Amino acid sequence: MLRVDVEKQLGEFSLAASFTGEGRVIGLFGASGAGKTSLVNMIAGLLRPDRGTIVLDGETVDDTAAGIHIPTWRRRIGYVFQDARLFPHLNVAQNLDYGRQMNRLAPDPAQHKRVIDLLDIGTLLGRRPGKLSGGERQRVALGRALLAKPRLLLLDEPLGALDEGRKLEILPYLVRLRDEANVPMVYVSHDAAELRQLATQIVMLKQGRVTSFGGVKVLA
Amino acid sequence: MFDISPAEWTAILLSLRVAIIATLVATPFGIALAWLLARRDFWGKSMLDAVVHLPLVLPPVVTGYLLLLTFGRRGLVGGFLADHLGIVFSFRWTGAALACGVMSFPLLVRPMRLSIEAIDRRLEQAAETLGAAPWKVFFTVTLPLALPGVLAGMVLGFAKAIGEFGATITFVSNIPGETQTISSAIYSLIQTPDGDAAAGRLVIVSIVLALGALIAAEWFARRATARLHGN
Repeated sequence: MLRVDVEKQLGEFSLAASFTGEGRVIGLFGASGAGKTSLVNMIAGLLRPDRGTIVLDGETVDDTAAGIHIPTWRRRIGYVFQDARLFPHLNVAQNLDYGRQMNRLAPDPAQHKRVIDLLDIGTLLGRRPGKLSGGERQRVALGRALLAKPRLLLLDEPLGALDEGRKLEILPYLVRLRDEANVPMVYVSHDAAELRQLATQIVMLKQGRVTSFGGVKVLA
Repeated sequence: MFDISPAEWTAILLSLRVAIIATLVATPFGIALAWLLARRDFWGKSMLDAVVHLPLVLPPVVTGYLLLLTFGRRGLVGGFLADHLGIVFSFRWTGAALACGVMSFPLLVRPMRLSIEAIDRRLEQAAETLGAAPWKVFFTVTLPLALPGVLAGMVLGFAKAIGEFGATITFVSNIPGETQTISSAIYSLIQTPDGDAAAGRLVIVSIVLALGALIAAEWFARRATARLHGN
């Protein structure tokens, strides 16, 4: 369960959002500039709220009143960015293994195989990110985040940088991920159709405020 | 003409030793400083930047004299190091290495700083979300991506160190076999009757070393670009 109640001033823009997410996939919906990315950056710990609290599965990761701010690297919250941000000096296999090594997790060949099969990236392992297509890169980024065994996975417009054809290529993987990976997700998008397919719960954000909250029906 | 005499070899090997030690010792400091200048904002940053670049604009003889005052046997730091750690710089090859290290430091730091500045910080954020503590981010993402710039800085620093003259001769004099590098050997030879041929040979050695270093630095810079594009 994810509970967010934060305020943040970013120049002229003020963000004040409060919601509790329990679904498997919380869809964060809003136009560009609504504050979606700032909000997920706060959940990830990359951005510090001015005021408020963020609680994940009963653990307070941010509480400004109590002076709590767990740094990003200790949160165990995965993040898939719009631009995949694969490490250019590592090949695909090394990118996939990065999170496991950083968290000092024991090798888990079963999960490794499951994720690679789920995302169909087995043939890419020896390649460098520079030699991958946009869609392949995004699939590897998904795998890299999952293999770090996060408690929550943030996806910030993971299809945003892809053209229509590529989107249709990745979407089925995301559906499988939702149904098989057993990791709760926050999925950010400005595309209602995308969220209707993936989300189990919607948080609608407009100019830094939560305007509606509920099932996928609120998108109508 | 190209018969290098034992005395000339001594100068060449000493120059190499001095420049290699100077570069290796300066490198960790250079990386730390490059990172600090590229990534952190703090009070006195422009002052620190200016001090690092000072040896580039000060007359070398001034830098050498300041080193003598500080690191000489009766200097504040030199006296302490000699009495407590047994490290002596004045009139030793170690002093030549110190002078070369200080003089080449600005050239060593610059490519390192530029290559760290060129790294996409969002990659470092991605590493953090994958559970990497800041120091691990540095060693697994920042440093590997900056490596070609680090090597280029080392090559340039080495090239500068091997040609250093003014600060070295002021600080540690010109003692054959101890502090007489290629540069100070050439200086002595051209003041000696019949020294021209020997000086000429050392001049050619200097040019070859300097050219080689510049070509190597250029090659590392090109590698850096390829690396950042993930090829």
